[in-house]
Amino acid sequence: MMEIINSFAEAFQTIFWGNSRVLEIALLSLFVSGAATIIAASWGIPIAMLLGLKNFRLKFLIKNFFNTMVAIPTVALGLILFLALSRSGPLGFLNILYSPTAIIIGEAILVTPLIVSFATNAVEAIDPQIMDLAKTLGASESQASFAVLREALNGVILAVIVSFNRAISELGIALMVGGNIVLTTVIANEINRPEGMPLSITLTIILLAIVFTTNIAVNILKRRIK
Amino acid sequence: MSWIAELRNVTKIFNGITALNNVNLKISNGEILALLGPNGSGKTTLLKILAFIEKPSEGEIYFHNTKVTDENIAQIRMESTMVFQKPTLFTTSVYKNIAYGLKIRKTPKNEIDKEVDRALKLVRLEGFEKRNARELSGGEQQRVALARALVLNTKIILLDEPTGNLDPKNATIIEEIISMVNKEFKTTIVMATHNMFQAKNLPHHIALITNGRIDEVGTPIEIFGSLSKTLASFAAIENTFAGIARPTGSGITIVDIGNDIKIEATAQSFGKVSIFVSPTDIILSKSSFASSARNIFKGEIVEILDLGSVVKLKVDVGKPFTVQITKRSFNEMELNLNTEVFLAFKASSVQVI
Repeated sequence: MMEIINSFAEAFQTIFWGNSRVLEIALLSLFVSGAATIIAASWGIPIAMLLGLKNFRLKFLIKNFFNTMVAIPTVALGLILFLALSRSGPLGFLNILYSPTAIIIGEAILVTPLIVSFATNAVEAIDPQIMDLAKTLGASESQASFAVLREALNGVILAVIVSFNRAISELGIALMVGGNIVLTTVIANEINRPEGMPLSITLTIILLAIVFTTNIAVNILKRRIK
Repeated sequence: MSWIAELRNVTKIFNGITALNNVNLKISNGEILALLGPNGSGKTTLLKILAFIEKPSEGEIYFHNTKVTDENIAQIRMESTMVFQKPTLFTTSVYKNIAYGLKIRKTPKNEIDKEVDRALKLVRLEGFEKRNARELSGGEQQRVALARALVLNTKIILLDEPTGNLDPKNATIIEEIISMVNKEFKTTIVMATHNMFQAKNLPHHIALITNGRIDEVGTPIEIFGSLSKTLASFAAIENTFAGIARPTGSGITIVDIGNDIKIEATAQSFGKVSIFVSPTDIILSKSSFASSARNIFKGEIVEILDLGSVVKLKVDVGKPFTVQITKRSFNEMELNLNTEVFLAFKASSVQVI
């Protein structure tokens, strides 16, 4: 018990006084998860708009595919990516295994279904008349779609927050294709070392702080946009 | 006479259902045209086609003698705008709602401010700029929707049941604005309505529409002068009867609609008239009771139409009256076909057309 209390004390001291390694891990995690979320949002939101606003033959199948993919085990996706990116794999020539790039790709693939599913639901929940309304006020097809997106902003932002939180908290993919370089993987590795508990606790506190701060910041931003 | 818009042989089919069937209609510059017809007759579809947000399955539309095509539709759409029956507003401030169309048109900010101000004055909502549009009352929301259309100064404004869900006070304000905008700015207005009183007083012309077809077009006097067959065919659903009016001298007119049914109305009329009583204005009871209602009739239920939360009953009192009551009342009163009931409505609820 004393060891845990001492570890917490050391963790708070590290956060208070700063530590270059901790800072480096935290910033890298933010960068990797942020980049993965941005990439996933850049293709996920247009897909969600398409699924939410248009009717076409394969819509039901595509929606179901993304809904199912939300629950994909990260270890399974990590393994597939590991096999693809390993030296003997089809993408081995890229030579990006055990790099931040590999984690970004993996996490972007992981959170895409989340963004698509949540954002599609948000767009579908908007009054279908909004699209027509925008057009009657002179909007083009793309301007009218943007008006719908703006109405669905709460849901879309929620999708992005959930995706970012999922990416930064994710362990399986980062461990299998990235190695010991981001918050979650360092926490998992350090806890197994006798002297690693203070660092694990420090990084866990930082991880939780990032998740909470992101939520609060985005909610403030959302209010300002409205 | 110059036409602002013309529909030639327009048909619209949705999933195999014909919403509009070979419609031909000319709309004059600067007029108010009312599309009068029962629910589901195709009024909204016709308005959406005139707003260029719905394409006809067949037929052609001309706007200022120019045929509307895929190439020019975006440009022509800028000349027309529509206000929906249910006030649809963006989830933002009143100012941003009204400014939306102007921003699309790349109007400078200082001009937008002036125009929004002017539009809010028109709809009597000065000072509402910063209010959240979705938090206003239904009547205020509809006025914001109207202001958002008016601010664009389009050549034609399309109104879908503009007073359909409003209380009398807001309905009157909207009607006054429509009339004023048409007179002052010469804006052409096409409005869908099933309110005959409104159709009689507001428009220059009325197009009667039933089952996706335009049956008759004429001035209110022409349409209501002799209760036309088409009007009667759909108006019968809504308690419209032809009769002979005789003023009593005490501010009350008695209208004899036949079968020994005499209806008291507050309007001063004489001779051949049509009367209308809204199905929601009629009180239904299982026994006679003392009330201030001037019209009380005994009859029996001959038809029951379950519409979900409400039930429409046809009651034969010598003439068939439609009464709308809530499903809860219907269940609690244990009503059935052939149940003997009493109908009561005030003289002021009778609209004499």
